[in-house]
Amino acid sequence: MHLMHQFLQQIFSGLAAGSIYASLALALVMIYRATDLVNFAQGEMAMFSTYIAWTLVNAGLPFWLAFFITLVVSFLGGMIIERVLIRPVENAPVLAAVVVTIGLLLIFNSVAGWIYSYTVQDFPSPFPDRPVFGALMTTRDLGVIGFTLVMLVLLFAFFRYTPIGLAMRAAAQNPASARLCGIRVGRMLAIGWGLAAMIGATAGVMVAPVLFLDPNMMGGVLIYAFAGALLGGITSPIGAVVGGLIVGITENLVGTYLIASQLKLTVAFALIILVLVFRPNGLFGTAIVRRV
Amino acid sequence: MDKRPAALETLAGAPATAATASRWRWLGIFALVLLAAALPFALSNYHVFELTMVMIYAIAVLGLNILTGYNGQISLGHGGFFAVGAYTAAILMHRYGAPYWLTLPPAALIGFALGVLFGLPALRFEGPYLALVTLAMALATPQLLKYFDTWTGGQQGINLVKPVPPPGLGLGRDRWLYYLVFVVLLLAIRIAANMLHGRTGRAWVAIRDHPIAAAAMGIDTARYKTLAFGTSTLFTAVAGALAAIVVGYVSPEGYSIFLSVSFLVGSAVGGIATIGGAIVGGFFIQFVPNLANDISDAAPWAIYGLAMLLFMYTMPRGVVGTLEPWVARLYSSRKTPLLQTADRLPKEG
Repeated sequence: MHLMHQFLQQIFSGLAAGSIYASLALALVMIYRATDLVNFAQGEMAMFSTYIAWTLVNAGLPFWLAFFITLVVSFLGGMIIERVLIRPVENAPVLAAVVVTIGLLLIFNSVAGWIYSYTVQDFPSPFPDRPVFGALMTTRDLGVIGFTLVMLVLLFAFFRYTPIGLAMRAAAQNPASARLCGIRVGRMLAIGWGLAAMIGATAGVMVAPVLFLDPNMMGGVLIYAFAGALLGGITSPIGAVVGGLIVGITENLVGTYLIASQLKLTVAFALIILVLVFRPNGLFGTAIVRRV
Repeated sequence: MDKRPAALETLAGAPATAATASRWRWLGIFALVLLAAALPFALSNYHVFELTMVMIYAIAVLGLNILTGYNGQISLGHGGFFAVGAYTAAILMHRYGAPYWLTLPPAALIGFALGVLFGLPALRFEGPYLALVTLAMALATPQLLKYFDTWTGGQQGINLVKPVPPPGLGLGRDRWLYYLVFVVLLLAIRIAANMLHGRTGRAWVAIRDHPIAAAAMGIDTARYKTLAFGTSTLFTAVAGALAAIVVGYVSPEGYSIFLSVSFLVGSAVGGIATIGGAIVGGFFIQFVPNLANDISDAAPWAIYGLAMLLFMYTMPRGVVGTLEPWVARLYSSRKTPLLQTADRLPKEG
């Protein structure tokens, strides 16, 4: 009974961590689908957004207002990054674009350290921290999971039912035809980056109370999110969410039952790669069909 | 087996002007080699050491270029293979008292074997999936090095006795090591050039540009991709062994994910599908972080990142990849450069 309880506890706290990975993984998938590019700066952009929220809260704003402003700023920031910094390498070899995102990663990390210093900061949690369901999980975990779910439902509705969401999907799927239909593909790309930055910002704000805020906060989260996105299938948004959750649970269970934290990352990754050997396009991904 | 693509054949059978171009090219290379050989006598010991590191990074990046540039397989994990070479050399010297120069062949062998082993599952992965798998390797490296501490010395690492230069040459340690690394670099470039300009290289490029067409022409895709992986990691492991010998110290912190990323950045900055680009990459990896530190104490990595952005905006194919066609045009009347035909093909899909 006790063992079962502990096991469920680990599953739930894994779900809480996993929903944060899922958010960031979703941001990665959105950008990958639109531009065939893994944005290595996604985590650091989220970290920077979290610092903006932190500054606003410290200035005395109520949490949710600060959060809302952060989302708006992140959205605009993401759009500007795409239009100004990514656009020059739009038609360059993929590796050039990848190097640009790695460069952005370093710039954001370094500038955040410069402005806010590398000191670890407390970040307020919007959710109280009380045990619920017979101590199976805390209200904070519940809040994080619930919040992520709501965000995901909103996103799916956006892409399914709004004209702009449909236009974005068209632009991602077939830029040339979309352009012929009168869709402004460049603008859609920018909106995609803005949305991704916004989703990343929520991930940052949700994870900061747990990990504490410092410029290197998102490094590990990005790696797990990347793993989650690929496990689910880099072309599939649903896959990103499921993959992120699986990675969160796996990471937790490996750390608790299999091996000391020293090799946790190694073992978790070995398991993920093992799955990928059998499903090379991820769990939900579709194989890329090539014309010869 | 290995039918040469007709397009490449016509390009290789160049008209007479190409012979002049080739003569100029060889003269230029000869002058560069002479200059590099004379340099240590004009510089202080510390600068000689720095240039030695540049050449070591160049060998590592050359290995990555073979894999990423010529075979199209991305690797975010070459820091791990660099570490394998370094620890092979360190353990052989420290535990078994092997002379430093004798550690290079085992490092090469282990690097090759591991690369082939790693290349086999990598056959199933493409693009971002291969990036993830190799990234996992880069992340696991420091953890594994700390875990197997009876061999690796764990967190403390291993201190090595610095090699003694052979007597009678009148060279100090730094200059001797410079020449040792220099010779290995020349050898590496020679081997890489031979492979890349021969049947193996053509097979690699064909697989990179169009795997299905390559297979249809009878190229054993799996074999050549695995061979590319093994060759690539061999170069990088040898570079790692040289680094351990030259620095005289190995520790897990030296082989973090950052090293792997540096190799990839150096490769992209120099030009991934070039040989000369590896040397430019070596300079970038060795000097740009220090330069960035001089420019801004507060945010050095922001400067480093900006440098990366600037290079990619101005020369998206890397320094050598962008400049080479221009230089080739200078002493050739041909309108199209001989090299980099693959870059000019329209993208499929």
